[in-house]
Amino acid sequence: MKCAEFLHELTNYLDGVLDEKTKLELENHLSWCHNCYVVCDTTKKTIEIYRDSQLYELPEDLRGRLRSAIMTKCQQQKKRGPQSV
Amino acid sequence: MGAIQNKVVGPVSEELTLVQAAKRGDDSAFEELVRRYDRNVFRIAQHITQNREDAEDVVQEAFLKAYGNLAQFQEQSKFYTWLVRIAVNEALMKLRRRKPERTVSLDEDIKTEDDSLPREIADWSPNPEQQYTQAELREILSKTIQGLPPGFRTVFVLRDVEGLSTEETAAALELSVPAVKSRLLRARLQLRERLGRYFQRRENGKSNNKTVEIKTGDVNSGDGNQ
Repeated sequence: MKCAEFLHELTNYLDGVLDEKTKLELENHLSWCHNCYVVCDTTKKTIEIYRDSQLYELPEDLRGRLRSAIMTKCQQQKKRGPQSV
Repeated sequence: MGAIQNKVVGPVSEELTLVQAAKRGDDSAFEELVRRYDRNVFRIAQHITQNREDAEDVVQEAFLKAYGNLAQFQEQSKFYTWLVRIAVNEALMKLRRRKPERTVSLDEDIKTEDDSLPREIADWSPNPEQQYTQAELREILSKTIQGLPPGFRTVFVLRDVEGLSTEETAAALELSVPAVKSRLLRARLQLRERLGRYFQRRENGKSNNKTVEIKTGDVNSGDGNQ
């Protein structure tokens, strides 16, 4: 496997959707190609850091205000009838 | 090195029961759906709009639209995927209004094939995020993802932050599965490269300069020597 092929399969590999044969070829490539190993490892870390970052969490007080505003508007909409969306 | 584990949003059967109750006019069931997904919608909206007020508006408008169009919702798909599609459209509309000088759509900003191929291969510190405080880290992550074109960051957020499957992401964005995969790869590689500026292994307070070049020709044509 060449680096280009490795890169092409990187997303499928990280998502765990490769067939066993391709996965083995890819892991064989990773075992000797340091550059691809680093790219794969740091891409995985990138995803994990974003996923675990709690970036843009909705604060509870704002959450409550938004929910009650949504429900009030929904009830107003219901009174006006379905065509007024 | 194994596959990434995804976040899972609540069970689908419960979701369907709530949706059916809401369709019959049970507002408390709809409110439960709001509780279940408001955080997700807010995160997605803020990632796309990069603006807190816009994200708040998107949350309200998306749920209100879902409520008004509940009768049209086909129960073959997941309510959450349908809701995300509404929210993404609302968020993109906000972005267009805020940046009228640029047309914003999921189809734009697809440039050349090699714009996100790895150039910096330097390794990162073992626990790079621990070099920064929580606030600093959030600032870095926020700034870094803002630099991605909207079409890329939307795919990344749905797939990698919210944990939608590739098929669900494709359905929510009305894109093909190969288009989602191609954008996801480029989004991941671009973010990796940009984060590298902050997370690279450092020695004596200096960045390690032992970076190696990958010839983009190798990657594009697949005729490299390795």
